[in-house]
Amino acid sequence: MIITKKKPFEVIDEGIRPFRKVFIVGCGTCSTVCQTGGEAQVKELAERLGGKCAGYAVAESPCDVRVLRRDLAPKKGDVESADAIVTLCCGAGAQSVADLTGKVVVPGLDTLFIGKIERIGSFYERCRACTDCIILDTGGICPYSRCAKGLLNGPCGGQIQGKCEVGGYQRDCAWVLAYNALKGQGRLEVFKKYRPPADKSKKPQEISGRR
Amino acid sequence: MRGAFSRLISGIREGKFVYTGEVSPGKTTRIERLIDSARTIGRHVVACNVTDNPRARASMGSLAASVAVQEKAGVEAICQMTARDRNRLALTSDLLGASALGIRNVLVMSGDHPSLGDNPSAMPVYDLDSAQMVELVRRMVDDGTDLAGNRIDGEVRIHVGVTANPNADPLEVEVAKLERKARLGAEFIQTQAVFDIEVAERFLDEVGGFGIPVLIGILPCRSFRSAEQIAKSVPGIRIPAEYFERLRGAEELGERASVEEKVDRINEEYFAGMIRELRGTARLAGAHIMGISYDRIVGTIVEGVERGFR
Repeated sequence: MIITKKKPFEVIDEGIRPFRKVFIVGCGTCSTVCQTGGEAQVKELAERLGGKCAGYAVAESPCDVRVLRRDLAPKKGDVESADAIVTLCCGAGAQSVADLTGKVVVPGLDTLFIGKIERIGSFYERCRACTDCIILDTGGICPYSRCAKGLLNGPCGGQIQGKCEVGGYQRDCAWVLAYNALKGQGRLEVFKKYRPPADKSKKPQEISGRR
Repeated sequence: MRGAFSRLISGIREGKFVYTGEVSPGKTTRIERLIDSARTIGRHVVACNVTDNPRARASMGSLAASVAVQEKAGVEAICQMTARDRNRLALTSDLLGASALGIRNVLVMSGDHPSLGDNPSAMPVYDLDSAQMVELVRRMVDDGTDLAGNRIDGEVRIHVGVTANPNADPLEVEVAKLERKARLGAEFIQTQAVFDIEVAERFLDEVGGFGIPVLIGILPCRSFRSAEQIAKSVPGIRIPAEYFERLRGAEELGERASVEEKVDRINEEYFAGMIRELRGTARLAGAHIMGISYDRIVGTIVEGVERGFR
């Protein structure tokens, strides 16, 4: 899931100040699970905005433009009457909303990471979308998202008893976890393998066209 | 084996017990203090490390300072290079500059995370890690190319060393990691500070098979307070109670000058004794003595060790 957190209301309020009417778009998938942009949070914001709110919709998945178009269709008039749209979804959803509606988008959430959810409020980053998944070699541990330095041949000297120097030795060292996992799998030779520098050019990713 | 480019590596290969020291350039444009330190330390060591933004605090660059240490103080430099602040382009260009300006040793490390330093919002680069930096140096030196295979004009003449932490817990992970770096062609190891001879011996036992010369790290503390500070701020360091007690004892009474003398004596006894004992086991190539704002102790300890072998 894409983990998000709410921006403070004052920040949203400041963002919408120049606009007469705003429409709110929530997300029925990730932001609903995070309790940042589901039905309840969208309604709560609508109430707080009072007369300034032209309407709202919770799109099933605003990042999917087809779904967004479908779910905004019943509110077409409200959307058109608004000068700006407050999005309670991740950055991908917010930009789909901007593209589809052509309106000014005021983001109401900050996108944190791609993560695992244990329960509401317990989110763990697990993927950096590096474009080349290597967790077969690392005992199922992603070093890009779980090692503070994103090292490919860790651990570094900053771990003590398997805890990371970053954040005051609270979080697990990804490379000690990887070592223990591979040891448990009887695959320590994989740990000792040298992983050469990766392609980190990170050009903007687009996949388009049909097969 | 290719030839030795540096006094450090030729000393090790000749079987000499080598000493290295360490200077930190600091957040300053005044280079005199650095040069003075390097001169003081340089009388007793074969080469001197020059730190690269230690503890992730922005300081005078290690390459510039290394050149100054060699040219103004006449002391061979071991230029520390971290992966924290520069991507592979910048590291490659610094290595080219280093070789061109006569730097013959680099010590590669990942580097403390920026969030621990004095510009905590800085982007952590880590385009490469320390193992990949070993590969970078060896490719430049052995193959005459950068990591992408682009040809370099002229020879690169640099030896590459790595760090290790004998105090690491679990140690087996540290050892597995060193095995990787050994296979990549790391040429020497300088360790994190060790205060406990058993810790050092266990480490030397574990890495003995890799065939890389080890310089054990020594960190004599100037005072009880500085020992406390170091125990708190340096990750993975373990200072035994006995050492603290001895420093405390020295400071309890006496004039400042006599306390300083007593502390020096404690450090000499403690560390020279430890180095002598380890050196006797013949698995140790040398000692890396880091006297933080405590330059005079380097000579005291080196003399203390050497007296035992005369």
